[in-house]
Amino acid sequence: MFIEGNEAIAHGAALADCQAFFGYPITPQNEITEWFAREFPRMGRIFVQSQSELGSINMVYGAAAAGVRAMTSTSGPGWSLMQETMSSMANAELPCVVVNVQRGGPGGGTIRHAQQDYLQCTRGGGHGDYRNIVLAPASPQECCDLTQLAFYLADKYRNPVVVLLDAIIGRLREVVELRKLDFGPLPDKDWAVRGKGEHKDGRRRIVEHSSDLFGRDPNYLALLRRLSQKIRQMQESEVRYEDYEAAEARVILVAFGYTARVAKEAVNRARAEGIKAGLLRPITLWPFPYEVIKEKARQGCRFLVVEDSLGQMVEDVKFAVEGRAEVHLVSVLDRHIPTDGGMIFPDRVLDEIRKLERG
Amino acid sequence: MAEEAGLLRERVAGRPKLLVPQIAGFVYCPGCGQPLVARAIAEVLEELEMGDRAIGVFGIGCNSFLLGMLDIDGVVGPHGRPPDIATAIKHVYPDRLVFTIQGDGDLLSIGADPLLGALTRAEKITLIMLNNSVYGTTGGQMAPTSLLGQRTTTTPEGRDPAKAGFPVHAAELMATFKGVAYSARGACNNPYNYQQVRRYLKTAFQKQMEGVGLTFVEVLSACPSNWRMSPLDSLKWIEGRVIPEFPLGEFKNVDRVE
Repeated sequence: MFIEGNEAIAHGAALADCQAFFGYPITPQNEITEWFAREFPRMGRIFVQSQSELGSINMVYGAAAAGVRAMTSTSGPGWSLMQETMSSMANAELPCVVVNVQRGGPGGGTIRHAQQDYLQCTRGGGHGDYRNIVLAPASPQECCDLTQLAFYLADKYRNPVVVLLDAIIGRLREVVELRKLDFGPLPDKDWAVRGKGEHKDGRRRIVEHSSDLFGRDPNYLALLRRLSQKIRQMQESEVRYEDYEAAEARVILVAFGYTARVAKEAVNRARAEGIKAGLLRPITLWPFPYEVIKEKARQGCRFLVVEDSLGQMVEDVKFAVEGRAEVHLVSVLDRHIPTDGGMIFPDRVLDEIRKLERG
Repeated sequence: MAEEAGLLRERVAGRPKLLVPQIAGFVYCPGCGQPLVARAIAEVLEELEMGDRAIGVFGIGCNSFLLGMLDIDGVVGPHGRPPDIATAIKHVYPDRLVFTIQGDGDLLSIGADPLLGALTRAEKITLIMLNNSVYGTTGGQMAPTSLLGQRTTTTPEGRDPAKAGFPVHAAELMATFKGVAYSARGACNNPYNYQQVRRYLKTAFQKQMEGVGLTFVEVLSACPSNWRMSPLDSLKWIEGRVIPEFPLGEFKNVDRVE
């Protein structure tokens, strides 16, 4: 099917048996909400246009508490509004998928593409100690596939999972194979509220987001220990990245989303010139692939981060290399024209690779 | 007086099975009106035989603890958001009874966005608002429902309309929305009014299950701790000062919304 990334997200959700979508209009993700408004009622599934992004995410909270797969999608300002409830869902251990099609900030910023929500998404985003798994598709095919993975991981860990793309991937049109992915069995959601009569043991279920209001945990530290264990387990099991020509490379590019495609093109051109360049593309922005970057730093590689922000993921790369390697940045300030319509182009990245090679 | 009525009622009518035994860990202050609302809900759910098919959504504040008293499936979410959460649950399970319990601050102040959303979409849920005219859990600050002249910790000289506006009349407000099937205000300050509250709750639940529209019940509730009064004086305050501002009764009751 020849579709754009935003539609591929929606197809992925439908294939993953998502039963409920709640959304509020915001550019550049409206195609997602409109797809669900059009298709979900026909499929006998739930679509509600909420009164705000606060509404969307709290409806997701409700549907998740009721035990069905639910999601919403938004962009920068709406994502910020959702954070209190994202934090509550992490505490309540409610699975959900939230799609953020990034636009430029801060504030109203621009409705056009950017990659400026990296830190907010990968550090949780709301108050308190928690993390979201963050998946970053770089093509419409990955939008479809990673959305399905997002639902699986959300249920596996009973934790919010974020699909983070940018407006360019969202509006990019490519051929997508709509394939249903199978990640294996998951336990029943015996904890969900359905009405007391629906539970085999005849006992009521409570979903809440405080530490010890109704005796879920013996105390607050028990809650934090549980969350800490979950975070560690996700870090150990869920790191994903693409290695493109990085094996023998001396210059390693690190990029996600649309800038990863730009970086790949720059790597190809550099290779044609005989420069040993490669790309590491994190697919999970959190948990971040620290280990592979650390290993490359030990081998003496230099790093070039390409991201359409003032520099956010570059902090994780610096953290990973632990001072052992140089880390350079091609940022939003290096766009081909200095406007919200400008883009980071392969030529600009190639210039930087050449400098590092000579370096 | 209210407690006495409750105890007497328990001797005569028995204790509702849906009320969780609360010997240890009872969190409410002496004379608080909220446990009576839990009792009324439990009695009505038993009467309608809906206890096994009811899902309650609770706000943030003293009302959260009512979930501890009711032996039904329940959800607590962020402050002010129960109408959103209940909306989603009702869409997932249209055949269940889905209701919210919120305080006046939870529903009318921080929760104004989800409230207006649910009213606009005419969701088939029941909203229950406990009106004690203050923020109780946080120590008695001014609420949207605080009376004119009422001293609270944030209106130490009394609520002045020039600075802090006027009390909000929720039950009358809900009645103006086309998607609302039922709106009523009761009080738990004496046995007669308690029976009225039960009747209002029953009608609200029934109309939800008939799919008519959104239903709303406001209950005036005593908060002796934050009113700085004895439990008995609190009941007299409700009769003499609160009910004149917030009259009891049904403000809307229709069988079809249009």
